[in-house]
Amino acid sequence: MVLWFWILAAGCVSFATKLAGYLVPARILGNPRMLRAAGALTVGLLTSLTVVTTVSSGSALVPDARLAAAAAAAVALWLRAPFLVVVAAGALAAAAARLAGLP
Amino acid sequence: MELLASPAVRVGLSVAVATGLYGISFGALSAASGLSLAQTAALSLLMFSGGSQFAFIGVVAGGGSGLSALSAAALLGLRNGVYGMQLNFLLRPRGWRKAAAAQLTIDESVATATAQSELPEAKRGFWTAGIGVFVLWNVFTLVGALLGGAVGDPRQWGLDGAAVAAFLGLLWPRLRSREAGAIAVACAVVTVVAVPLAPPGVPILCAAVVAAVLGLRRMPPRPAEAAADRRPGPQPGRDGGV
Repeated sequence: MVLWFWILAAGCVSFATKLAGYLVPARILGNPRMLRAAGALTVGLLTSLTVVTTVSSGSALVPDARLAAAAAAAVALWLRAPFLVVVAAGALAAAAARLAGLP
Repeated sequence: MELLASPAVRVGLSVAVATGLYGISFGALSAASGLSLAQTAALSLLMFSGGSQFAFIGVVAGGGSGLSALSAAALLGLRNGVYGMQLNFLLRPRGWRKAAAAQLTIDESVATATAQSELPEAKRGFWTAGIGVFVLWNVFTLVGALLGGAVGDPRQWGLDGAAVAAFLGLLWPRLRSREAGAIAVACAVVTVVAVPLAPPGVPILCAAVVAAVLGLRRMPPRPAEAAADRRPGPQPGRDGGV
């Protein structure tokens, strides 16, 4: 019962955090400087997400089969492959690297 | 069928499948941490943010208090607030759509939306990835909780590699300019340095701050580009590429 309380409370906090961002008036972001910052923010977030999913495990840097996935995806992107092919290349490379004995 | 012709919808669906299947590992781990089926399902429905959910059950499994489980999840979810601000500016949802968009605001839906080069595509990408991940994540959470460890580790099938490739695929088309490349390098370095030092989820926030500061300081708006850029995500005149 106590755990239920914390589950519901954490769910509310999660939703409130997301909604808070939507309540920032859009016009605050409407000037050119903020636009540049927002464009830079997108690049920064996507880069950080890519790095985190590639090399982190909790609070540790763990080089493993995911590096092979990133390399395979980069090659596919270089060859201008469609998105689905890029994703499949990443999955196949990681699975193959694990079969080959990488962690 | 017409919808499937949209590149953003196809990207959203691939992202949804790759991420949704991961719900199996959350469901299985949550059941192993001692949460009931209903409690596991409630986390995926209400919290709906993978990293926060794993953190919550991780603390519970480790014998931590409910408050520390909530705090870990909340800290990890802070980036969703930054995403919300960006999506609100980009998509301008109104009324109930604002609440729906907020609940669907996660790494994958934001990445899919902001990687598009046109606003209608950004909208289609956001809703496809958001709803797609929501449905599949919740379905596979139940599957994982019911089957437990019987299905094995999704890493064995290379699903974590699929996530890596998806994020790289969304980032790739944005790296055409030198400024963007410099920001990406700086943010990659900040992330790698921050991962061992800060709790999970925080390195992404650090990178966000660095990117925003670099965007404000180092990239003076050039008149032609400033006029072309009306929205922060999709940039007209730049090929989306995915």
